[in-house]
Amino acid sequence: MNTPDLVKLIFGRLSLEAIPYHEPILIGTFAMVAIGGIAVLGLITKAKLWGYLWKEWFTSIDHKKIGIMYMVLGIVMLLRGFADALMMRAQQAIAFNGNPGFLPPHHYDQIFTAHGVIMIFFVAMPLVTGLMNYVVPLQIGARDVAFPFLNNFSFWMTVSGAMLVMASLFVGEFARTGWLAYPPLSGLAQSPDVGVDYYIWSLQVAGVGTTLSGINLIATIVKMRAPGMTMMRMPVFTWTSLCTNVLIVAAFPVLTAVLVLLSLDRYAGTNFFTNDFGGNPMMYVNLIWIWGHPEVYILILPLFGAFSEIVPTYSRKRLFGYASMVYATVVITVLSYLVWLHHFFTMGSGASVNSFFGITTMIISIPTGAKIFNWLFTMYRGRIKFEVPMLWTIGFMITFVIGGMTGVMLAVPPADFLLHNSLFLIAHFHNVIIGGVVFGVFAAINYWFPKAFGYKLDPFWGKCSFWFWFIGFYVAFMPLYVLGFMGVTRRMNHFEDPSLQIWFQIAAFGAVLIALGIGSFLMQLFVSWKRREQLRDVSGDPWGGRTLEWSTSSPPPVYNFAFTPVVHDLDAWAQMKDHHAERRTEGYLPIHMPKNTGAGIIIAGFAFVLGFAMIWHMFLVAGLAFLGLLVTAIGHTFNYKRDYYIPADVVERTETARTEELAAHV
Amino acid sequence: MKLLRGLLIPALALLLSGCDAVLLSPSGDIARQQRDLIAISVVLMLIIIIPVIALTLLFAWKYRESNKAAHGEYDPDWNHSTVLELIVWSAPLMIIIALGAITWTSTHKLDPYRPIDQLDASRSVAAGTKPLVVEVVALDWKWLFLYPEQGIATVNEMAAPVDRPIEFHITASNVMNAFFVPSLAGMIYAMPGMETQLHAVMNKTGDFAGLSANYSGAGFSDMTFRFHSLSNADFDGWVAKARASGAELGRDDYLKLEQPSEREPVRYYASVSKGLYNAILNRCVESNRMCQSDMMALDKQGGQGIVGAYNLASSVGLRSRLGLTEAEKRYVGALCLTRDADVAAAPAGRSR
Amino acid sequence: MSDMHATSSAGTADSKLQFWMKEDHHPANGTLLGFWIYLMSDCLIFACLFATYGVLGRSYAGGPSGADLFELPLVAVNTSMLLLSSITYGFAVLEMQKNRKGTMMAWLIVTGLFGAAFLGIELYEFAHLIHEGAGPQRSAFLSSFFTLVGTHGLHVTFGIIWLITLLFQVGKLGLTPANKRRIMCLSMFWHFLDVVWIGVFTFVYLMGVLQ
Repeated sequence: MNTPDLVKLIFGRLSLEAIPYHEPILIGTFAMVAIGGIAVLGLITKAKLWGYLWKEWFTSIDHKKIGIMYMVLGIVMLLRGFADALMMRAQQAIAFNGNPGFLPPHHYDQIFTAHGVIMIFFVAMPLVTGLMNYVVPLQIGARDVAFPFLNNFSFWMTVSGAMLVMASLFVGEFARTGWLAYPPLSGLAQSPDVGVDYYIWSLQVAGVGTTLSGINLIATIVKMRAPGMTMMRMPVFTWTSLCTNVLIVAAFPVLTAVLVLLSLDRYAGTNFFTNDFGGNPMMYVNLIWIWGHPEVYILILPLFGAFSEIVPTYSRKRLFGYASMVYATVVITVLSYLVWLHHFFTMGSGASVNSFFGITTMIISIPTGAKIFNWLFTMYRGRIKFEVPMLWTIGFMITFVIGGMTGVMLAVPPADFLLHNSLFLIAHFHNVIIGGVVFGVFAAINYWFPKAFGYKLDPFWGKCSFWFWFIGFYVAFMPLYVLGFMGVTRRMNHFEDPSLQIWFQIAAFGAVLIALGIGSFLMQLFVSWKRREQLRDVSGDPWGGRTLEWSTSSPPPVYNFAFTPVVHDLDAWAQMKDHHAERRTEGYLPIHMPKNTGAGIIIAGFAFVLGFAMIWHMFLVAGLAFLGLLVTAIGHTFNYKRDYYIPADVVERTETARTEELAAHV
Repeated sequence: MKLLRGLLIPALALLLSGCDAVLLSPSGDIARQQRDLIAISVVLMLIIIIPVIALTLLFAWKYRESNKAAHGEYDPDWNHSTVLELIVWSAPLMIIIALGAITWTSTHKLDPYRPIDQLDASRSVAAGTKPLVVEVVALDWKWLFLYPEQGIATVNEMAAPVDRPIEFHITASNVMNAFFVPSLAGMIYAMPGMETQLHAVMNKTGDFAGLSANYSGAGFSDMTFRFHSLSNADFDGWVAKARASGAELGRDDYLKLEQPSEREPVRYYASVSKGLYNAILNRCVESNRMCQSDMMALDKQGGQGIVGAYNLASSVGLRSRLGLTEAEKRYVGALCLTRDADVAAAPAGRSR
Repeated sequence: MSDMHATSSAGTADSKLQFWMKEDHHPANGTLLGFWIYLMSDCLIFACLFATYGVLGRSYAGGPSGADLFELPLVAVNTSMLLLSSITYGFAVLEMQKNRKGTMMAWLIVTGLFGAAFLGIELYEFAHLIHEGAGPQRSAFLSSFFTLVGTHGLHVTFGIIWLITLLFQVGKLGLTPANKRRIMCLSMFWHFLDVVWIGVFTFVYLMGVLQ
């Protein structure tokens, strides 16, 4: 075997030319990431934190720590995804009158693809999963999730997927196809480069994690609720989490399957979505939206749940219409599978098919409307405290209904013929995703942060963050509605009509305001950490919460509850407080807990190598990585000692310390 | 409804004054009807949206903690009211029933495949009117328009007589695009190997923008064309101009034109090789390639049996003859070479 | 919850309610449920592949059709291998319930051998088709055929790897509750593959040959 063959066997199509050293923007970014990365790694090494991080976090199977790690991942990736957004806004604001802007199509097309992929898969999904992971077991009075190891593994698979996307920035390139990579554009003939392969493998690797975490949370909610918590006594957040995870388990396999078919087209020369040999690209569009539409409900439902916790808490009232809230959630869950075709009315289906899907889409607005009204009537006759989460909630209610309205407009097929693929559409889905998911995530972070860390978030910077985001959103996206009416389509690299420019400049200014909002949020985290002693909450229940997570300490002990709570009412903790139920302080028992394991991170590491090797056609390395993955997974099944007991005296010491702390602060 | 529409359209127009919101002031009847639907759905939904936003702000203000006046109303256990719940579910339901009915009828009426029956709100199409047929091909990254009635073809420019119904037949060469003339009518996808249709009419003369509304790769942003809506005489003049160019669009010319290119200048062809559009649609412009229509007919009868597995051909000969730079394409071989039979076929693998 | 009324530290009038459990709470084990949900998600992958086959299964691209290619006698033998393996797995579970480790392992080995025979025949069939020029690249029909059947075969392969792993684990540790649970999970997996195969046999092979 001569040298070129050997090099090819090991490195596939990876060569030094894959490093984009001729792109100053990328090199600048790389330098910043590298310097920042080395600084962080250096600090960790200097502080001798590696052992701590490995033992207490990376290998942890504690749902609370995994939840926090998901949130950190989501926020870090938000910065990347938002940097893409700023570059797009800047490009579109200047690329007029023959000015090509600073991003040629080759680069710009990667950016809008990466923006969509990152924001949905590696920002919204981790944030939502993180919230569910953290809150659900606490809300149902459980000590952990049903499969703690799987939970850790799911998280690291998501990280591996995110790392593959990040790798595409500096080694090779990302897809230039739009975030759903429609063939034939994403097929081998039109996109022979590694971009689409990065897309496929990052989503596949992360998708495994998402599906497993969905299975895990369903089993947790179904099997591990505290005694007395019947289905109709579950907090609404738990209900929406259950529905979300059902959606995940029922939708993500479709994504997995359709991406497998696309990769077979690209790797094995099959003809599923090609133009010739009987392939059918329309099938891809159908399949990916059968996943894609439920996906948007996967993102929004948990936040509907979060708002349903936040509104009663700060209105200091019971939630209005609990039963109809639950039914609305279930109806949305079912209906979300019957609307996928509204994403491509313009493909030329018959009028009856189009109107069927248009009308089912509109029907979803009925339960959604009912939810909004329920929050409204929860506020009615309440005593509303305007803490930061409540601000986000009000912002959400106003913004989301506007987004809902434009959504129903798009659901009327003939109207969609005009507005499809336009900036109106872009404005619409940012209106619901920012107004719903992002506002919801920030509301939820502000709401549950004291539970996770034992101190509240600084309200001043929280309010700054809210107002920058809220105003920034309107400044950034209302111009896009206008541009949509002016017949401007999405994904344009430059424009000829100079009268459009002013609107793009306003939108770019809005994006800057949102950047300040993100900055304020980071500032809020930092300032709150600095002021943590002033913001400290020892009660475990800083807001006067109503559900079980507020009954334990902040942050909760490893085992969550020294004694499993018994539930008699929907608002279990509110009822305990009404009855002046005192904490049990005696009769502690040893607590059975799962043990940490490094298997998850190791397997996910192999998955990363496998994905990277497949992208670059390094088939030898890919084979070895797959073997490593398999051997580690099998090896892990030989580990039968996966649990341990926390001795009763340790529990007693922990709980006594809390008793003393509570007494000291009464 | 008419009243509401009368109120809303000026309001929106005022809102957007100063900018040229083409979707709100279209020049074609189909786009106008679609615009009206947007307005109607907005009005219907505002019936719910405005009260919700108003109540949100009102409740948030009135029941704030610092408003001692409202403390008397405070009722922490109030969480159910059958009447309210009925309203909460039925009010949106009513709106959606109304909107659903409008959706059903308008989707059928404005189905792009349905020949139009009115020129505008007051004039119907005269019986026996033959629509102008335009065959549209989305290429990488330009538009090809074929006029079977006139026998001409153009690139990146099209024209049509005002107030004459137009019947578009739309396909693409390689990737998915969307054919969109915002002033004329809503968009429809252009897909390779498939045909979509659009029926529309332009009511005003003028020069309008047309574009691809579905991202299709690197040259997408410049994949625009001009749509000239002309009087009958001007249209004839435009056709004559195209004929005067003298150029012919043969199959080989098409194969060269099909190669990816950006910012193509406007081009006119006086004549078009026979059956070119059908060959493009059926992906058999190359003479040694089986047309999809034939392939489907064969497949309906159960394919060509095991020997058919080897009936493959490739574009190698064609490439060298035309000097194309694209990678070699492999496809199912034509069964017989009746068209351009002198062109050497380059079968790959075993032929039957 | 038996002693719900036994103690309460709440001091108010309606203190009958007890809010914390006194004894240890053992939530039901969710492994079988979780594994079943996983199987359903896997089932959806197969559903997509079946749907794909449904859409593309007649797109021969002027090439051979199922009627030209499939050899029903071979597929019938193949199907019987898989069905027999399901039966023998059933015997293994019966033995497991009687706590007979040796015979249970023997039945598992038989199951694995049947599975391997199934795979061998399937690989032979694939090799034969590719040799005839009817590989997955030739037409959308063949792409969807190879993918559907191949995905099933891949599942059987992993099932066999899992089965071998389990044999080692049972051999080493015996029929512990954990191992029994794993045997039940693999049992569900194995029977699930059987059900999927019946779908493949009916929709792909039988209907392919009959039409």
